[in-house]
Amino acid sequence: MSLPKEKLLRAYRQMKTIREFEERAHAEIMNGQIAGFTHLYTGQEANAVGVCEHLDNDDTIISTHRGHGHCIAKGADVIGMMKELFGSSEGLCKGKGGSMHVADMEKGILGANGIVAGGPPISVGAALAARIRKNGRVAVSFSGDGSVNQGTCFEAMNLAVVLKVPAVFVIENNYYSEHTNISYAVGCDDLKARTEGFGFPVFVADGADFFSVYEAAGKAIEHARAGNGPAGVFAETGRFHGHFVGDPQTYRAEGELDDLRENSCCLKNFRTTMQASGELSMEELDAIDAEVMTLIEESVSAAKAAARPTPEQVTEDVYINYSGQASA
Amino acid sequence: MSEKTMRDAINEALHQAMAADESVFVIGEDVAGCNGSQGEVGSVGGVFGVTSGLYKTFGPDRCIDTPISESAIVGAAAGAALVGMRPVAEIMFADFIGVCMDQIVNQMGKFRYMFGGKSKCPAVIRFASGGGFSAAGQHSQSMYQVMTSFPGLKVVIPSNAYDAKGLLLQAIRDDDPVLFFEPKALYQEACEVPDEMYTIPFGEAAFVREGDDVTVVAFGQMVNRAAAAIDALEAEGISCDLIDPRTSSPLDEAAILESVEATGRLIVVDESPPRCGLTADVAALAADKAFHALKAPVKQVCAPHSPTPFSPELEAAYIPSVEKIQTTIKELMAQSR
Ligand SMILES: Cc1ncc(C[n+]2csc(CCOP(=O)(O)OP(=O)(O)O)c2C)c(N)n1
Ligand SMILES: [Mg+2]
Repeated sequence: MSLPKEKLLRAYRQMKTIREFEERAHAEIMNGQIAGFTHLYTGQEANAVGVCEHLDNDDTIISTHRGHGHCIAKGADVIGMMKELFGSSEGLCKGKGGSMHVADMEKGILGANGIVAGGPPISVGAALAARIRKNGRVAVSFSGDGSVNQGTCFEAMNLAVVLKVPAVFVIENNYYSEHTNISYAVGCDDLKARTEGFGFPVFVADGADFFSVYEAAGKAIEHARAGNGPAGVFAETGRFHGHFVGDPQTYRAEGELDDLRENSCCLKNFRTTMQASGELSMEELDAIDAEVMTLIEESVSAAKAAARPTPEQVTEDVYINYSGQASA
Repeated sequence: MSEKTMRDAINEALHQAMAADESVFVIGEDVAGCNGSQGEVGSVGGVFGVTSGLYKTFGPDRCIDTPISESAIVGAAAGAALVGMRPVAEIMFADFIGVCMDQIVNQMGKFRYMFGGKSKCPAVIRFASGGGFSAAGQHSQSMYQVMTSFPGLKVVIPSNAYDAKGLLLQAIRDDDPVLFFEPKALYQEACEVPDEMYTIPFGEAAFVREGDDVTVVAFGQMVNRAAAAIDALEAEGISCDLIDPRTSSPLDEAAILESVEATGRLIVVDESPPRCGLTADVAALAADKAFHALKAPVKQVCAPHSPTPFSPELEAAYIPSVEKIQTTIKELMAQSR
């Protein structure tokens, strides 16, 4: 697959930004600078970027508890996100939501989500709006291999078919839901086939390879955008950290993590592909690496210096208006 | 007898109940852990470690991992209980009640009544509840105040390791469905806990402190904070009754009313928001049945009418603090007629 150079540079930059955002978030959690429960996306970057590179600002995504990567890929402000993780009132969600609830309506990011499979039904609603308005938008929901076992996910998939809406269900199989392997938690042998059983096509991707995800997501999104109803993407992937920061990961096979980092790294794979094709030079990619490091450093300094919330902010934003009359 | 954390006390209760009664089993997400993986099955014991060791001791038929499917977990527990088992299901964060509300409220909680008293559903559903971890709006709620409003469900909220063990053993023995809320901020708190099995009856409040001036009723995580506030006020010559109802359904109305009759002042403390919550419930009890004894308005110390915020500063302002309880007690003394 050949892509314009600008697109290639952008895809790499997005993946690298997610990687370094996550690695730095990890370090700041270990330093005690970031509170709460944080789930890192390291290792899965190609999935978010391969999908979101097909989306316009007005298309929507809805994410999961492991949401940083999806949000960055859809254009969330990295500095605003880092401030949010630090709990600042200048954060993207004013420090009200934190890691699990990063959102940006302006960017079509309907939120990370702390409830497993909370997202897919909401995404069907966004897709329904697109169908009614005939505006050519698509609505993408991200799910994990664990989240697809939740009733809300089944209901959303069936409803999307019944209503023939432009919903795209992206399933990222990183093989684990918390400490349980997919081979235990998904009862059938073939999750792709089970998903197709709802009545929409599912395109398979190698989640460590940007180009593979980009191609599969392209087919799914095109299918939905063209008015053919929902479609799915099924990507095999791996997360490089524990389920949450601090997870002892007793479920890993010996050497599994080293193997993942070595052989399933989307950044390495991207470089290898570029080196072979000659489309981008390593110097060009190195330059992006340096710029990303600067951005992440800047985001952390900004987050550390940012305003802290004050107690009266606790009760702000619960409603638009709570005095009984309709809001203006 | 030895010092045990609330986590260990609950874990011990589960071990003992399962050893004593073959109809008891545990089911939930990662209650064993590592199923299907290369790791050692059972090495997790729940995300809070509460079911640790059960898989090793009792095997895969009695410590059962599930997919992420809360409605099916609660339903399976309810169904197994209807036909005579005594399941203890774990739903991890209490907030996830949102996902399985129907199975709890419309199914499990109403069988007996709707079936004319002809069924039993001795299921226990365990939850980790409450705030204190910057876990934000979907991982910090108490939820027990909501569940207390449903007739047919019993609702337990231990505030220390000793009570947790005795109440859980009672919950497992109880023939009605029981929702068991473990304030997650207390998992590491330790106290003396007997090694042998014992039960604490439902609907029997504990008097954590005894005093003359004010009745303080506190639930779950708030009991320790209320105790700290009360202890600090002793030097100022203010003494309080501190009542921990331990179960919100049934509620030990008699203990609360008896104390309010004696002190004439009531403060109710809970970490949930105020509307239709436990503080309003207990305040209404006093207004209804002890009005004549009151020397001052009944005060509710609770979270504001808002979801739980993420930011540590905001959450600290959200959950009632020792200082806030203390200030309220002092204000109440000053206002009294
Ligand atoms: C309704 C609900 N149940 C359980 C959880 C706890 N939980 C958070 S993430 C997770 C595992 C999700 O697995 P998967 O969908 O594969 O996503 P991954 O973590 O691998 O990205 C679980 C069980 C939750 N947040 N919400
Ligand atoms: Mg997974």
